[in-house]
Amino acid sequence: MTPVLEIRDLSVDYGQGEGAVHAVSSVNLVLNRGEVLGLAGESGSGKSTLAYAMTRLLPPPGIITGGEVLHHGRDKPAPVDVLGLSPKQLRSFRWNDIAIVFQGAMNSLNPVSTVASQLEDIYRAHRPEMSRAQRTKRSAELLRLVGISADRLGSYPHQLSGGMRQRVMIAMALALDPEIIIMDEPTTALDVVMQRQILEQMMRLREELGFSVLFITHDISLLVEFSDRIAIMYAGRIVEQAASEDMYRASSHPYSKGLLGSFPALHGPRRPLTGIPGSPPDMRSVPSGCPFHPRCPSAFDVCEREIPVLEKLSGTNGDSSRSVACWLNTPSLSGHPGVGAT
Amino acid sequence: MTGEVVLAARGVTKHFPVARKGRQVLTRQPRAVHAVDDVSFDLRRGHVTALVGESGSGKSTVARLLAQLYPLTSGDIVLNDVPTKVKRGKSFRAYCKQVQMIFQDPFASLNPVHTIRYHLTRALRVHHGRVKGEELEKGLASLLERVNLTPPERFLDKYPHELSGGQRQRVAIARALGADPTVLLADEPVSMLDVSIRLGVLNLLRDLKERLHLAILYITHDIASARYFADTTMVMYAGQVIEGGDSETVTQEPAHPYTQLLIRSAPDPERAHNGVPTVTTAPGEPPSLISPPPGCRFAPRCPYAAEKCRTATPPRFDLGESHYAACWLYDSKTTDEHPRRDTVEVGA
Ligand SMILES: Nc1ncnc2c1ncn2[C@@H]1O[C@H](COP(=O)(O)OP(=O)(O)OP(=O)(O)O)[C@@H](O)[C@H]1O
Ligand SMILES: Nc1ncnc2c1ncn2[C@@H]1O[C@H](COP(=O)(O)OP(=O)(O)O)[C@@H](O)[C@H]1O
Ligand code: SF4
Ligand code: SF4
Ligand SMILES: [Mg+2]
Ligand SMILES: [Mg+2]
Repeated sequence: MTPVLEIRDLSVDYGQGEGAVHAVSSVNLVLNRGEVLGLAGESGSGKSTLAYAMTRLLPPPGIITGGEVLHHGRDKPAPVDVLGLSPKQLRSFRWNDIAIVFQGAMNSLNPVSTVASQLEDIYRAHRPEMSRAQRTKRSAELLRLVGISADRLGSYPHQLSGGMRQRVMIAMALALDPEIIIMDEPTTALDVVMQRQILEQMMRLREELGFSVLFITHDISLLVEFSDRIAIMYAGRIVEQAASEDMYRASSHPYSKGLLGSFPALHGPRRPLTGIPGSPPDMRSVPSGCPFHPRCPSAFDVCEREIPVLEKLSGTNGDSSRSVACWLNTPSLSGHPGVGAT
Repeated sequence: MTGEVVLAARGVTKHFPVARKGRQVLTRQPRAVHAVDDVSFDLRRGHVTALVGESGSGKSTVARLLAQLYPLTSGDIVLNDVPTKVKRGKSFRAYCKQVQMIFQDPFASLNPVHTIRYHLTRALRVHHGRVKGEELEKGLASLLERVNLTPPERFLDKYPHELSGGQRQRVAIARALGADPTVLLADEPVSMLDVSIRLGVLNLLRDLKERLHLAILYITHDIASARYFADTTMVMYAGQVIEGGDSETVTQEPAHPYTQLLIRSAPDPERAHNGVPTVTTAPGEPPSLISPPPGCRFAPRCPYAAEKCRTATPPRFDLGESHYAACWLYDSKTTDEHPRRDTVEVGA
């Protein structure tokens, strides 16, 4: 697996000084070529902030206070730090290398312009060498790719349903054949039937075109089904990262376990649901030490004082791809034999 | 099946008139959104009934009709065996004493300038007269204890914004309980709450059903939660109830093609690791409710649709053990036109 995007120690604040909210704290995350990486977490945990920051779209008062975002380009000899790109380089990076489908994006189409002309505009701006006929042809192809028939090319956004508008947004993201697509809650406003149609189409396109996806949602059951690996965020930090199946079958961090135990399952035997006591922290006053400690059923003395760092877990079954930020995995501290395969 | 029926919908129908534009004004044809058409069900004491459906399928309208917030276009709402129509004033208050509603957004439903004490005191006084002094304090404490906000004095003098979403929703439930109702109508009570705290609120509702023997209507778009929290589940599509029965049966052996589609489409972690997730979905979308298709409203998307489906509305067919589906596939009289039931794929 080769990385395409590498986030190193990224921190983001909203505001400065005393009242600053640390929305993202020292996040390390790697997106590999061709994979779907799921990012889960509750409202306010910092998922969107992370997505905005890594694409340099963070609105004020958001400030990146540290870290780097390395892009390993398809045909570039060395990785480039996205945080250091000039405005011109950034424009090209955003469309050609990375594309984003944001939360509620379907409402951001231009209401007075047809679907086809909005797609053609992208080519006019970024592929000036294309002829008009080529632009039209390519736009129709794109819409067909996302499952919208060519007779809808002349439609205005209000003539399309929410699901169709969201597909148009995906078509726009795919327009310049980017290597990375970030989807922030792409289907949250849609019904489950439409959600599934869109996500399955996205996965087929991924097989065909080979892009990587960072898929952000609060619905972890959706991630288990659609992503290769899952990272879980709590209070601005990644608390666990593992292959989807490992996360689902045997998550290690107490928060991941609680989150997975909060979803009623539709199929299979009825499992007891555990939920999580308390409620997510107010990001203006995050608890000391492990931010999860006030809600954690396994918390012990160290948890309140020291922030656990995300560390590779060398499990007994050798799944080295898992990392967890929890003191339970430091045997000398917890008196536990290490959590590994429990 | 437990408990007597407290509240029932009988052929409940609601059409919202739509403004006619331009030339339409000249035609006589009145236009209306057929938000709810011919819906019937019972709510029983000590029983949670889920109403599941996509957004726009008419769930909230059903709840508002049951709460007497809109007049009916036709049909009856039957409270304790008496068809009941109330408008404002005294009779409305008497009705509300029995039937209380909880809304999706706990922030919007609590006034931000008033404390929890104020909200709950009002609820007690509206329904029990001018309680005060020790009796009031006792009443307030017992309401908060019933929704597990303890110790009560930690919450009474707080403002809504000082509470978390889950705590606010508990206050909204406490306020509804102030009336000592027999029926609770909960319209998507957890869909705006964080995932980790939804369970707590749903467990509370289930607990109240048992302790206070309430009849609860639980409205949700999440059919998996209906499996866990409701005794009975009904599925709505385009303004009509198309299937209903015991929750485990409806979710594990769905009979109506739409319910089958809904269940196949829901996220399912188990499916992921058995190869590429592919679920054939019915193309298209729910029909316009301004001029719904004649016959079965699912026919334009249904893989089993036959001639009859496009002309005649399917009635409810009884499938045994109080399970029913409004689909011609289950009509024992029409067999040749359709694939037989046992050849219809059921479930995922
Ligand atoms: N403009 C802003 N000013 C101050 N704080 C902000 C701003 N935008 C976000 N925040 C705070 O930053 C934190 C992270 O927010 P973010 O939107 O990234 O969360 P999220 O995980 O995407 O949540 P959701 O699931 O609700 O989309 C929250 O505490 C939020 O209140
Ligand atoms: N006050 C109203 N006036 C006109 N149409 C309405 C009104 N309330 C709801 N509707 C329409 O009725 C249908 C059902 O809506 P609703 O009951 O809110 O569905 P749900 O709660 O299942 O999402 C929708 O088409 C909606 O637009
Ligand atoms: S570090 Fe401590 S409080 Fe945090 S999750 Fe682990 S056990 Fe719980
Ligand atoms: S009545 Fe006909 S169209 Fe409607 S769901 Fe049944 S088979 Fe399909
Ligand atoms: Mg977000
Ligand atoms: Mg609704």
